[in-house]
Amino acid sequence: MTALLKMQGITKAFPGVKALDNVSLTVNTGEIHALVGENGAGKSTLMKVLSGIYPAGSYIGDIVYDGQPAKLAGIADSEKLGIIIIHQELALVPLLSIAENLFIGNEIAKAGVINWPEVYQRTEVLLKKVGLDEKPATSLGKIGVGKQQLVEIAKALAKDVRLLILDEPTAALQENDSQNLLQLLLELKLHGITSILISHKLNEIRQVADRITVLRDGATVSTLDCHAEHISEDQIVKDMVGRDLSQRYPDHQRQPTDVLMKVKNWNVWHPELSDRQVIREVSFTVRRGEVVGIAGLMGSGRTELAMSLFGKSYGRKISGDIAIGGKAVQCDSVDQAIAAGMAYCTEDRKEMGLILDETIVNNITLANLAAVAHKGVLNNAEEQKVAERFRRAMNIRTPNVFQRVLNLSGGNQQKVVLSKWLFADPQVLILDEPTRGIDVGAKFEIYAIMNELAREGRGVVMISSEMPELLGMCDRIYVMCEGQFVGELDAAEASQERIMSMIVKE
Amino acid sequence: MSQADQENVHPVTPVYLGRYLLSHLREYGLLFALIAIMLFFQVMTDGTLLKSVNITNLFLQNSYIIIMALGMLIVIVAGHIDLSVGSVMGFIGAFSAVLIVQWELPVALAIPLCLALGALIGAAQGYWVAYWQIPSFIVTLAGMLIFRGASLWLLEGQSVGPFPKEFQALSTGFIPDFMSPGFRDGLLALFEVRRINAGALVVGVASALVVVWLNLRKRQQNVRYGIEEEPTGFFVARNMIVAGALLFVVFKLATFRGLPNVLVTMAVLTVIYAFITERTTIGRRIYAVGGNEKAAKLSGIKTERLTFLAFTNMGMLAALAGLIFAARLNTATPKAGFAVELDVIAAVFIGGASMAGGVGQIIGAVVGAFIMGVMNNGMSIMGIGIDYQQIIKGLVLLAAVVFDVYNKRKRG
Ligand SMILES: Nc1ncnc2c1ncn2[C@@H]1O[C@H](COP(=O)(O)OP(=O)(O)OP(=O)(O)O)[C@@H](O)[C@H]1O
Ligand SMILES: [Mg+2]
Repeated sequence: MTALLKMQGITKAFPGVKALDNVSLTVNTGEIHALVGENGAGKSTLMKVLSGIYPAGSYIGDIVYDGQPAKLAGIADSEKLGIIIIHQELALVPLLSIAENLFIGNEIAKAGVINWPEVYQRTEVLLKKVGLDEKPATSLGKIGVGKQQLVEIAKALAKDVRLLILDEPTAALQENDSQNLLQLLLELKLHGITSILISHKLNEIRQVADRITVLRDGATVSTLDCHAEHISEDQIVKDMVGRDLSQRYPDHQRQPTDVLMKVKNWNVWHPELSDRQVIREVSFTVRRGEVVGIAGLMGSGRTELAMSLFGKSYGRKISGDIAIGGKAVQCDSVDQAIAAGMAYCTEDRKEMGLILDETIVNNITLANLAAVAHKGVLNNAEEQKVAERFRRAMNIRTPNVFQRVLNLSGGNQQKVVLSKWLFADPQVLILDEPTRGIDVGAKFEIYAIMNELAREGRGVVMISSEMPELLGMCDRIYVMCEGQFVGELDAAEASQERIMSMIVKE
Repeated sequence: MSQADQENVHPVTPVYLGRYLLSHLREYGLLFALIAIMLFFQVMTDGTLLKSVNITNLFLQNSYIIIMALGMLIVIVAGHIDLSVGSVMGFIGAFSAVLIVQWELPVALAIPLCLALGALIGAAQGYWVAYWQIPSFIVTLAGMLIFRGASLWLLEGQSVGPFPKEFQALSTGFIPDFMSPGFRDGLLALFEVRRINAGALVVGVASALVVVWLNLRKRQQNVRYGIEEEPTGFFVARNMIVAGALLFVVFKLATFRGLPNVLVTMAVLTVIYAFITERTTIGRRIYAVGGNEKAAKLSGIKTERLTFLAFTNMGMLAALAGLIFAARLNTATPKAGFAVELDVIAAVFIGGASMAGGVGQIIGAVVGAFIMGVMNNGMSIMGIGIDYQQIIKGLVLLAAVVFDVYNKRKRG
């Protein structure tokens, strides 16, 4: 095995934070190398160094690529070497077609005039390579996230990739889409493409990785060889968090009492397509002290349901009744919904959850400013106390609570969104993919918080695409398919197979 | 991680000082730029710029820009823009002339009427932007045309004036000396000047003390939170410069005719708006709306209403500016306010606001307006033609924004 890439002694500091401290990483030619670590361990930062986003000179250390020292001044340089990064957040243009997206910035053109026949032809070849059955002219916004992810990879292939970096590619994907993607990685490996895979889903990593490098607090902890020995998930976790974490779900003894929220005959129509009904006759209940799950495939309408309930933030022609604590409540706007005791923690933290340019403090208090203000005048000291409290409770990694949220790692951003809604002190908390992009340790913390909320007599609704987590945390699970509830299972009788069969039957 | 030790101890080495200065170039830059520009023109105009008369003039000439910059900052922070302010200002000036000069309404009645009409105009534009989601650029571009035409129509193409004395006082009046003559005589002897407005001096010293005290309090708070980065030397120097400049300006004013009424109006408004934007829930929400409208909305913020209010407020301030401008010229002309929106918008961007919304500070906008004002004034004294003036102002605006973007990149 020859090393394709050697990163040595990489140190990168931001004001107040040493994101990387003398990190070394060696990636062999033709392997799938997994990079794991807690939120904020420095994985994304290391990859940004590698891809030239943080140019040579802005960090200390050496990169040797293909036996040559590499000084990368920008993305263009790394792409020239065949290093292509696919970011935690996709970088595609929804309004353009698949073909256009594939060749953005890399157009097949003569003297600036695009050669469309060739574009389409090459697109078809590339789409076949990644196993995506879509027309090149389909606009990207019309296909699901899973397929968009494949488009990203096709885009990398279009650039003659040698080293493919994927930063949490499956975080937003459904189980089977994830499997597709992993299979594709294995296939690319056969074609000699080396990849670096960042993920918090350890089962996936065990499935495809040849070697695993674990980062903790900005330093390399270990590199595990998956072929030399049998590596268990617990072992990886131990290296990641620095201690044994035998349990994935905290113990819970829940005794749900009376009905807290009741939704009856909820109907929602698409905001633009007037003939499309998105939610059809959905009814459900949440009891005090209960964690209720909503299972379903991507696009089954779970987020749309939650958002339409939350002050009609989605859809048109909404009808149906909501009662909280036995009283019918009017929820025509978000502030009414919050006043009625609801909170909705979005799945899309960057677009809809956070003000990225603002500080952690300002984000946490945003949904409940009245609690830190007197007659409309903010009490900054009180705000800071609140933020400190959540920083400690949620273990948000940051030098101080006055950091801009933009500078936090993905998982820590998620914790800020959660803190915001916990501070709003809701009766019913709807969590939409609350553990997306969150490391195992932090997941455990979030589950513990959900338990705590239930213990206090609140209701928690969890929307998740990760079935094990639904099964591990919920008292009851509703199964959703194409805008309808197609089944309801008690924790005791629920299993992955039963949920899937309910979905498939529809 | 070595976070903890980086956080609290700052080795005061030249390297650290240099790095600190670099990473805060923007904040210091604005102050330095203002000082540098003033010194430059002071030299180029052979000392005319900082003469008592001229400093007084600077305030009289620029007050209406500064007042509108306050409202524009809020509009821009909320993620919008208002191109109509120049026209609205001119229109309200014309309207006041009709009310006061032609219909002979009492000034005390006409002023609130004009402010209300301004607010109404702002509300009418804000309505389309907020509740119909029509881009503010287009709505206010329409407003700019409409109210330019409306002023022409109202004045029938003529200048209307003059205004009664009490209306003129809005702009050209001065605060009378409220200190005892004995105290004044003492000051006259102390400073060896021919005349002095003791009250103005007292107000000036008091406000310098308040500014320093506020900065000190802020610093203490930051130290308590463990986020103070500014080295002590810098803090002292910055405060000395600011307080010194304030005292200098007030002394100059006091030895001329005292504090102009507009200066007081402007200062009070600046304090009020700085307070609203920095310390109140409504201010915080405006930043949130500009920073990420969807997230703000999903946090229960009534984004439409805030946008609507931002434009209403802008309309009212444009009306106030219109009154002040008319009072200073002592006539309402159809040309009043022509292209003023550009100066106002430029001032806000020079002051560090971001076109994308969510970023910007009142004090930055005010300093930005002063930079524009000093340049206008200095170049006029030097006798530079309006052609070169425009070019130079354009370059300064571009430089300020490029500087911003460059800084942001370096930090990212
Ligand atoms: N531009 C920046 N400015 C300041 N701090 C930053 C910046 N970018 C990253 N950091 C900090 O560097 C550390 C590492 O962040 P990074 O994004 O690499 O983590 P990660 O391992 O990818 O985490 P996650 O699993 O949550 O995505 C974090 O503490 C983060 O707050
Ligand atoms: Mg990351």
